[in-house]
Amino acid sequence: MIEYRIHGRGGQGSVAAAYLLAAAAFEAGFTCQAFPAFGAERRGAPVMAFVRIDEKPITLRSQVRNPDFLIVQDETLLLDPTLTNGLKPGGAMLVNSRKASAEIAAKFDTRVVAFPATDLAVKVIGKPIPNTALLAAFLALTEHVPQAALAAALKGRFHGAMLEKNLALIAEAAGAVEAGAWKETADA
Amino acid sequence: MREALEGSLAIARAVALTKPDVVAAYPITPQTHIVENISKLVADGDMHTEFVSVESEFSAASVVLGAAAAGARAYTASASQGILLMSEVMFNIAGLRVPLVMTIANRAVGGPLSIWNDQSDSMAVRDAGWIQLHCISNQEAVDTTIQAFRIAQETDLPVAVCMDGFVLTHTMEVIDIPSQDEVDAFLPPFEFAGALDTANPRSMGTLVDPNYFPEVRHSHHAAMGKALAKIEEIDEAFAEVIGRASGGLLTVDGPKKAKVGIIAMGSVVGTMMAGREHYGGEVGEARIVKLRSYRPFPAKALRAAVKGLDKVIVIDRAISPGMGGVLGTEVSAVLSTLDKAPKVFNYALGLGGRDIPETMYRDLLTTIEAKDAPRFAVFDADLEKLPPEDR
Repeated sequence: MIEYRIHGRGGQGSVAAAYLLAAAAFEAGFTCQAFPAFGAERRGAPVMAFVRIDEKPITLRSQVRNPDFLIVQDETLLLDPTLTNGLKPGGAMLVNSRKASAEIAAKFDTRVVAFPATDLAVKVIGKPIPNTALLAAFLALTEHVPQAALAAALKGRFHGAMLEKNLALIAEAAGAVEAGAWKETADA
Repeated sequence: MREALEGSLAIARAVALTKPDVVAAYPITPQTHIVENISKLVADGDMHTEFVSVESEFSAASVVLGAAAAGARAYTASASQGILLMSEVMFNIAGLRVPLVMTIANRAVGGPLSIWNDQSDSMAVRDAGWIQLHCISNQEAVDTTIQAFRIAQETDLPVAVCMDGFVLTHTMEVIDIPSQDEVDAFLPPFEFAGALDTANPRSMGTLVDPNYFPEVRHSHHAAMGKALAKIEEIDEAFAEVIGRASGGLLTVDGPKKAKVGIIAMGSVVGTMMAGREHYGGEVGEARIVKLRSYRPFPAKALRAAVKGLDKVIVIDRAISPGMGGVLGTEVSAVLSTLDKAPKVFNYALGLGGRDIPETMYRDLLTTIEAKDAPRFAVFDADLEKLPPEDR
């Protein structure tokens, strides 16, 4: 089982990202589970969402306490001292940021890739919603799920022009990071 | 078809497959997505149902009571304070022996206000006279929802399908939604012999004087007893048509030689199974009893399920202040007639949405090995958070 935790702020599509990642995993033949950290949702407030994927049925229902990977949609959340709580040794963190990866990595005891997903989203879809670009970059890094499965999951959620723009966005995002850099998963 | 779906959407689609004539509901967290999705299916023309938007849960329950009494297949859904507001009508629905189906998206009951999951709401209407079935996954919730319509009309009893709020309702997972043909083959059109009929006028819900009231209650209780076999039979019939069962009254999972058992209802059962997989080697493999039918209470099946056990941990997702656990108390009562009854340890867990990690399995099994292990506790309460006089 691989476990992911997505951190973001209300309005950035963290729950949607979790559902998309799970749906993509399903398209690729895995079983999956995705859910938000349930709270009173407010735009701008810190939010978390969780994803598990596995080859067998998933019965565990708790929050993801020991993620293999973190996806951080908002770099201001790097200031939260609990952000990396429970992250497995050998794990990694993808951060939506214009900063250099090494600059962020210096402050954390894990592998970090920084990727300017909001900038790319503004450029390609005209909206500052980083989730689909981040997911594409994340899947390019981990190769847990093929990009085609993410595209299939997007087709279940978006239609028309918004779908076309998002497909263009994920293609560009996937090509902008080192493919397979995080291919090996963290220690279970 | 297998799909990755949010639990609430899957329930809405399952309800649509049963072709209800009337749905009435008032939105409340965490039930909202269920009725939103039903409303959308109706608005899009994918569901030919009279959707009645009401101004309160009291009205929602009243509308489905009236609809079913008039011979319509009827459905509603609620949670928490909504269930409490419905409760007067719920007693009437069951007491008048009107078959209909409701989803309870289990949530804590205030005060203090909590929107998060436990099972205080369904427990509060335990004695309303409804069949109550609990689900450990969204697949079971979908399948049980479809089964519930057949159980209701074959028993003339209302059925509440309980699914943990958020933990199931807001979780996307892989769910197989049966086809319309499969559901049609399993679920006959709605029939209610007691329905009101203008060609043959009679009264429903009239004043019942002391000459008849105990007989009414006796027959209701007896009908619940007979429903035990129906619940099993209908689960088997579902498996024949659709290829999977939901666990009848209860299911027993784990080693025959186990000395410790865990009895629980709802999604926590899955977490206990995951915990056993991880910590079974360390603290032992418990037998896990997944209780699906809470009302009627399957006393006989429970006695058989604990055979050979020395100790049983009963997990309650609710509390009766001043008594302790509700399920635990009932399990103790039922097992007391056994010659060699296992010792019952009753722990309330995850009240008001407190996350239940898989380490809980290890903590529970370790705790009951101590000589002074409490027989009841709000197990995951951190007493350090309370002033000494409140501990």
